[in-house]
Amino acid sequence: MSKVAVFNQCPGSEVMAESPLAHQSSVKGGRALIVTEHAFLGHLILRGQADNESLKSAVLSVVGVELPLQPLTFVLNETTGASVQWLSPDEWLLILPAGQEYEVEQNLRQQISGHFSIVNVGGGQTLLRLKGDKVFDLLSKSCVYDVHERNFPVGKAVATTFAKATAIIRRPNEQEWELVIRRSFADYCYRWITDAGREFDLTFTV
Amino acid sequence: MLHIFCPYCGEHREEAEFRPKGQAHIARPLSPEQCSDEEWAEYLFFRDNPRGIHHELWVHATGCRKFFNVTRHTVSYEILETYKMGEKPKVTAESLAKGGRS
Amino acid sequence: MSQVNRLGLGGCIDRTQTYTFTFNGNQYTGFKGDTLASALLANGVSIVNRSFKYSRPRGIVAAGAEEPNAIMQLGATEAAQVPNIRATQQALYSGLAARSTNGWPNVENDAMGLVGKLGGPMMGPGFYYKTFMAPASMWMTYEKLIRKAAGLGRSPKEKDPDQYDHYHRHCDVLVIGAGPAGLSAALAAGRSGARVILCDEQEQMGGHLLDTRDQLNGQAANLWVTQVLAELASMPEVLLLPRTTANGLHDHNFATLHERRTEHLADTAPDANQVRSRMHHVRAHQVILATGAHERPLVYANNDVPGNMICGAVSTYIRRYAVIPGQRLVVTTTNDDGYRAALDWTEAGREVVAIVDARPNPEGDCVKEARKKGIRIITGSAVFEAKGTKRVTGARVSGVDPATFTLTGTKEDLACDTIASSGGFSPVVHLSAHTGTRPIWRDDIIGFIPGNVKGLTPVGAVKGVYALDRILAEGAEAGSKAALASGFSVSGIELPSVTKQLESKPIALFQVPHEKPTMRAPKQFVDLQNDVTAAGIELATREGFESIEHVKRYTALGFGTDQGKLGNINGMAIAARLLNQTIPETGTTVFRPNYTGITFGAIAGRHCRDLFDPERYTALHAWHLQRGAKFEDVGQWKRPWYFPVGNETMHDAVQRECRAVREKVGILDASTLGKIDIQGKDAREFIGRVYTNKWAQLGVDKCRYGLMCKDDGMVMDDGVTTCLGDNHFLMTTTTGGAAAILEWLELWHQTEWPELEVYFTSVTDHWATMTLSGPKARDLLSEITDIDLSKDTFKFMECRQGQVAGVPARVYRISFTGELTYEINVQANYAMHVWKALFAHEHTYGLTPYGTETMHVLRAEKGFIIVGQDTDGSVTPEDLGMQWCVGYDKPFSWIGQRALSRPDTRREDRKQLVGLKPVDPKVVLQEGAQIVLDPTQSIPMKMVGHVTSSYFSPTLGHGFALALLVSGSKRMGEKVYMPMADGKVIEAEVVSPIFLDPKGVRQNV
Ligand SMILES: [Zn+2]
Repeated sequence: MSKVAVFNQCPGSEVMAESPLAHQSSVKGGRALIVTEHAFLGHLILRGQADNESLKSAVLSVVGVELPLQPLTFVLNETTGASVQWLSPDEWLLILPAGQEYEVEQNLRQQISGHFSIVNVGGGQTLLRLKGDKVFDLLSKSCVYDVHERNFPVGKAVATTFAKATAIIRRPNEQEWELVIRRSFADYCYRWITDAGREFDLTFTV
Repeated sequence: MLHIFCPYCGEHREEAEFRPKGQAHIARPLSPEQCSDEEWAEYLFFRDNPRGIHHELWVHATGCRKFFNVTRHTVSYEILETYKMGEKPKVTAESLAKGGRS
Repeated sequence: MSQVNRLGLGGCIDRTQTYTFTFNGNQYTGFKGDTLASALLANGVSIVNRSFKYSRPRGIVAAGAEEPNAIMQLGATEAAQVPNIRATQQALYSGLAARSTNGWPNVENDAMGLVGKLGGPMMGPGFYYKTFMAPASMWMTYEKLIRKAAGLGRSPKEKDPDQYDHYHRHCDVLVIGAGPAGLSAALAAGRSGARVILCDEQEQMGGHLLDTRDQLNGQAANLWVTQVLAELASMPEVLLLPRTTANGLHDHNFATLHERRTEHLADTAPDANQVRSRMHHVRAHQVILATGAHERPLVYANNDVPGNMICGAVSTYIRRYAVIPGQRLVVTTTNDDGYRAALDWTEAGREVVAIVDARPNPEGDCVKEARKKGIRIITGSAVFEAKGTKRVTGARVSGVDPATFTLTGTKEDLACDTIASSGGFSPVVHLSAHTGTRPIWRDDIIGFIPGNVKGLTPVGAVKGVYALDRILAEGAEAGSKAALASGFSVSGIELPSVTKQLESKPIALFQVPHEKPTMRAPKQFVDLQNDVTAAGIELATREGFESIEHVKRYTALGFGTDQGKLGNINGMAIAARLLNQTIPETGTTVFRPNYTGITFGAIAGRHCRDLFDPERYTALHAWHLQRGAKFEDVGQWKRPWYFPVGNETMHDAVQRECRAVREKVGILDASTLGKIDIQGKDAREFIGRVYTNKWAQLGVDKCRYGLMCKDDGMVMDDGVTTCLGDNHFLMTTTTGGAAAILEWLELWHQTEWPELEVYFTSVTDHWATMTLSGPKARDLLSEITDIDLSKDTFKFMECRQGQVAGVPARVYRISFTGELTYEINVQANYAMHVWKALFAHEHTYGLTPYGTETMHVLRAEKGFIIVGQDTDGSVTPEDLGMQWCVGYDKPFSWIGQRALSRPDTRREDRKQLVGLKPVDPKVVLQEGAQIVLDPTQSIPMKMVGHVTSSYFSPTLGHGFALALLVSGSKRMGEKVYMPMADGKVIEAEVVSPIFLDPKGVRQNV
């Protein structure tokens, strides 16, 4: 434990947090394409060996879901809203309800043995939720990845290009899609989505 | 635009997600200080440029960020196989010359 | 009624919707469903352009993508200008405004034509070849002449109001072309449930079926087309893309499709939210190429006079648009298809003077039908010359022997205003050649077919299959096979019945011989768009060009927007005959993307203007904007460059900001620095292998500067790395190097040292970094932090964790300015709060925001390098005089170490980092200026180095610079010279690169 420096990076509620899109304004439109930012969630990168039993059991006991070992998938704890996503054979993304990242990291560190790392990346990325009939079209305009339902069933999660930036695309349920984008590219992504969504009369809530 | 099978993600992905990193299987000498200048220069600067089968190192840059190997035909651009780090190619110029897979 | 050539009945046009349009300023009317070409022909417009080189009047020849003459400039307003649109591919809309691309002052009476065809002698065959061999300076003269004489279209001078975009699409089966082959293929594949994209470049899908005389199931063929399209449209996984040209086919079945979404409606998109055109980037598992064939015109004298057309186009205009492009028709043909034009013409009620057939004994069903209708047929003959200048007035006919290339028998002149020719068909193999595959010549069909491309199946006419029943069957089979190959089960489709037509074999004839030798006969055009004649090709072969690739470059055959659609095969055949070899011996033909021209708008899509490249912002960007910062691009980041106050110039602002940091306190947004979190028990070992210096002894909460080399020993990056715990480090990289360095670490870990237990995670965007620098930094920070900042507890090159303005923070005491400095790092969502809390004390301490320019001046005063500015990939740590940062005796041979003992890196005369002090203190050297030792030597002077960084220092009171100089470390105190472009020579003294506080007292307070 002591060989890695971990501290609670969240201040008390008297400090105002600003999301990466704080300076942008919402766009009012129709219901064919609705984009909503879900800021300030806890984002942790977990790295370790897939055959490390303590890693699997720790994730199950702390987050309440099985560590996904199948490439390009993620699992959602329906009760808490927490999720664990496969990023690569030794890397996972945990997205947690706001404010839980420090506690989750500590609990995981207590339970995992062997070689692993956990890094808080919550300040560096934000999550957009997309719904409406035109999500497929917006993503087709933006990503080289095939987002057709035959190739992108519920539970899939893919890191790919987004316009000239990158993004993680996730499909938590039949109705919704999620985009995880990097903080410094968030403004570019916002402007891209707003522009590409014009013909669909998009709604964007930040 | 190539279509490349990432052996870690387990599916074909668009070239835009990858970056080529040059010739594969260039191992750094274990004792650099024991290398002659010529041996070190060979490792640093000299690369194959075949017309035909070429083993290349690629990285799935916007995907899983893993490095892997690609056996590609430099004329047809056909990709004959991709394989993980530490693995050996199944398709080589020699295996094709011996009448292996085409 | 003004549409003199409009037939009273028929055609797929909507006569209830009349559109008014203009061509070269004259007003005409047409109908909905017309193309611009059909509407012009309906109005009896014969001349649509002037030819590129000879300025000859030209008319419409074809009805599709192969049209060489009717190249238009479109657009009623300046912003809507679009060049090089084929009238045959442009749907008519109300208010369309078109002009000829060529022709000055107008196409009817062309000035260049009147002054003796200046273009002709100036631009003989070999013009481009010879021009490019001439001094380059002459090209400007030629170019002016060409543009004046010919015009090549022009781009708009005003901002395009339309939006364009891209789609990335994936499908099981991509079918290119919606003629009979493509439709049956798409239907067969679509019924399997496969994801199918069917694209077609025309306004309506159906291809040849829209104007064929053949019937399907005993009915007009377009009824079957309507029925199939309706079924395809009902399939959820089938995407129909009309008005969509497959303009490129690339590796691994990647196709680019150019969809025109509003071009058929108006100049600019009727609704601002509509996308005018769209590029579909398609990755297909299987591609079915059903692009059909283009009819080949015959090459005869004056075959470019308006009124000369290809036979199929005549049929298309009559049957599809109800337009008959003349009064009296002569057909000259080598095959049965030519007869169809005559039959359509005569059924439309106008006179067919004769069908001239090169074959001695044609006996096909359509020959019999023509005889039955009483049309005169002249066999074993061909039209060898057209009469007329602005319009055909007659055709000269003679017996012909293709084998000996001679005219035989008697000659006869026929009065007519239209000559339709058919020399057979050339399969549209263009796309198959885009990946480098060469088409294959087939004697039996007298044409090239596509070469083998993996995953590509050509069907129908593109493969030389011209019988409709076979085309439909092959299409269905290919569609089924493609779906099967994509993992779908197929059941096939029922094919419509086709009435069998007996055809007689075509004959190979390309150029029709003339009574005079080719070189002296009236011009016989091969490539109408580029004004390439048979004589030009003959001259090329005489001058020794034997390969068709050379002949093409010599003559411009197949250049430009034409891409040899009508002329390439005729040109090759002529060259082959002259060289006494076969067509395949002469070469094959290569086509490159794009199949037809596309606008830059469609290529750029949405990647233009402020979306051209991502702009990356820090968490403090909004504050910088509000404070009036000027920004500098650093990679994709927007970093504050300087913060002008009032009317300050950049120089004034930077001088003020510099003084503030040296005298009080300044603050820099350093969030863009790359940051990599490194964890694992081997983290320290790994860091020691990738940095040049030693890391074994660095304690917890201690920071150290490190240099990174490539294995060739050259510096690639630098930064401060902090030990946060025994197994935990935070590495910083240069702003531009962040992504590359993370990939670099992963490369070494994954490929060379996977046994080391270490993980790297990017935290660049997670941490915001605020650099508080200057003698008052401690006093200011102590106002809002609980960290003990006292000199002896929180030392230089240490790290502390605590609260800053109520936010958990890591504070690093490191310095890039040489002043007392604290780098405050907080989770980026809270950065604005902390920044504003610091600025609450702005006036108490004289806190001044500073930008990258001031940072550069301050660090250069201290001799701190910027990798990529003071280094260029050829500089070792020793060249920088940074031996103090090299661990020569580390146990592991770190990356770059071995290379430092190579003979080249040991050279005495390497360029080394030095300081330069201009003798005139007011002078600021130019970055990039070359250094010489003797300014009196003759040019070219021996250059011994260059200036890498140069500024004016308010602290030093003079200009100063960093430079790389041959043997620089041995030249201290010497004078060097910088000769400038204006003739001035600047003199400077070589000094230490550390100009200020060499002992580092100021940062250690
Ligand atoms: Zn991958």
